[in-house]
Amino acid sequence: MYGWLDGNFVSVIDGVAFGLLLFTIAVGLSLVFGMMDVLNLAHGTLYLAGAYIAYALSDGSLWGLLLALAAGALVGACGGAALTFLTQPLARRGHLDQAVLTLGITFIVADLLAAAFGGEVLPTDPPRSLRGTVDLLGHAYPLYRLVFIGVATGLATAVYLLFERSPLGALVRATVADRDMVRALGVDIRKVLYGVFALGAALAVAGGVLGAPILGPGPGVDETVLVLSLVVVVVGGLGSVRGALVGALLIGQVQTLGVALLPEYAPFLLFGTMLAVLVVRPHGLVPSGVGA
Amino acid sequence: MSPSGSEGSAARRLSVTAVVLGLAAAPFLLGPYAIGTLSRILVFALLAISVNLLTGLTGLPTLGQSAYFGVGAYTAAIVATRLTDVGMFQLLIAAAVSALVAAVTGWLAVRARGVVFLMLTLAIGEIAYSAAVNWKSLTNGTDGVSGIPPVVPLPGMPALELDGLVYLYVLAVFLALFAAVSRLGSTPFALALRGIRDNERRMSAIGYPTRRYALAVYCGAGALAGVAGGLWVSVQRFVSPGDAGFEIAALALLAVVIGGSGSLWGACAGAALVWLTRDYLGHLEAVAGRGPLLLGVFFVIAVYALPHGLAGVRLPPRLTRKRTA
Repeated sequence: MYGWLDGNFVSVIDGVAFGLLLFTIAVGLSLVFGMMDVLNLAHGTLYLAGAYIAYALSDGSLWGLLLALAAGALVGACGGAALTFLTQPLARRGHLDQAVLTLGITFIVADLLAAAFGGEVLPTDPPRSLRGTVDLLGHAYPLYRLVFIGVATGLATAVYLLFERSPLGALVRATVADRDMVRALGVDIRKVLYGVFALGAALAVAGGVLGAPILGPGPGVDETVLVLSLVVVVVGGLGSVRGALVGALLIGQVQTLGVALLPEYAPFLLFGTMLAVLVVRPHGLVPSGVGA
Repeated sequence: MSPSGSEGSAARRLSVTAVVLGLAAAPFLLGPYAIGTLSRILVFALLAISVNLLTGLTGLPTLGQSAYFGVGAYTAAIVATRLTDVGMFQLLIAAAVSALVAAVTGWLAVRARGVVFLMLTLAIGEIAYSAAVNWKSLTNGTDGVSGIPPVVPLPGMPALELDGLVYLYVLAVFLALFAAVSRLGSTPFALALRGIRDNERRMSAIGYPTRRYALAVYCGAGALAGVAGGLWVSVQRFVSPGDAGFEIAALALLAVVIGGSGSLWGACAGAALVWLTRDYLGHLEAVAGRGPLLLGVFFVIAVYALPHGLAGVRLPPRLTRKRTA
């Protein structure tokens, strides 16, 4: 067992980094669906936009990354607000229309991004000061990923505290559980909706900025990210912050270990995990308490 | 589902005959490029019918039919290159393998409804795509399977080298399957599926094993998508992971939504419209290479402007009936 862990140590740590990246992206998707009942298939596109912002603004300095992060958060918040605005008229018409609308937005934005940046995958380097490797229990490990794990842990903690421990989070969770009741209490639901969508989108775009050196911008990355986030949300449980965290860490491990151990069959491992979880727990590992 | 031909009025029967005759005459009237496009539209329409069985008839929104389309296409390609160039066998094996894969994956998918179903099918589609890329010993990875011999429709017939003949082969299979699905529309099975769409709880209270019905239609739709994939290989003589990709699944769903869920004709008309937009507008000089952008705009317009699809478009009442004063 120890030998196995030693041989796959780098993959396991990579899995943690990837899982935290997935959490940063998927938590917004989960909350927006859980409370607003809006299925946002453009969520992967938000990540892609962030990754391109990182590519465009990175000049090799730490300031470039911070600038990209600020720009990404702004773009994400605006994008989330725009998506709220566009999906609200469809709220009564069911999820199929939301799916088609957000798919259309995916096609449009992906095409515009491809027109601006070309059709190739663009390798994005971390800032100069964060390149290179460090020694981690006898293994050389990329410094940037380690820093990313730190930053993403901070983000995950902040999101967790905000949603699970603050009065604002209580309001959001109450909205997830019973929207009409919260409205009846006199809360302006629209403000909560816009706020959560904007925050979720900003997190996804920020995930793209930070994740660019791990999963760089290119055509098709939006789909990959969307599907992985959907799997995380389904496995973890819709509309639950803790579920998104548990699901993301699990899927992160499945993906990186799967690719390392069984590259030809890695896709089936993802399906197998989903199958196993949903057979045992049909509403996900940590359901939000809302009927799915 | 539209009423079956036997109940239709004479005018309706006449228009069906005209459409079939027009489709059959196409190879004698159109150039090779147009015929190739028409073949692809028919294949894509079959895929749209498959999506319509799930989304329109049963109320299960799917973004994963590209998986079974891809399984059928790869199966037919492998059968064609290693076993036989007889199209009927290719299609039968493609249908069987796709139905089997649909049974295994559908067993998970039909546990969910609504958006979760959509998410699961989307994930299944993406997994099929990455399997096509990564399972190199079987699929040849991103290079795809090429060197597929021209199709021989039935044992003893000559191989179809000309685009026009391939088109007629596709048309024959299309019409047979369209008729079969159209007949299905008035069976108790289809009524049960509609019942599941409209009120599943009541159906299961009456005693229908609704999940088993959903799985049955899921397998049938998978087999249909598999046949479409098999035909695709006869038209293209090539298959690559892109054929099993997300875009195909999204376009098939769009075709059904544009056509108006539940209508077979609508699904086919939507398929034609979507495919022509993708194929034709994308080649126009003014919008060169901006095909996906136009499609995206198309998606957005379809949602806001056609809440019930083409089949739901009604002429303003003033034009269809006289006002009584």
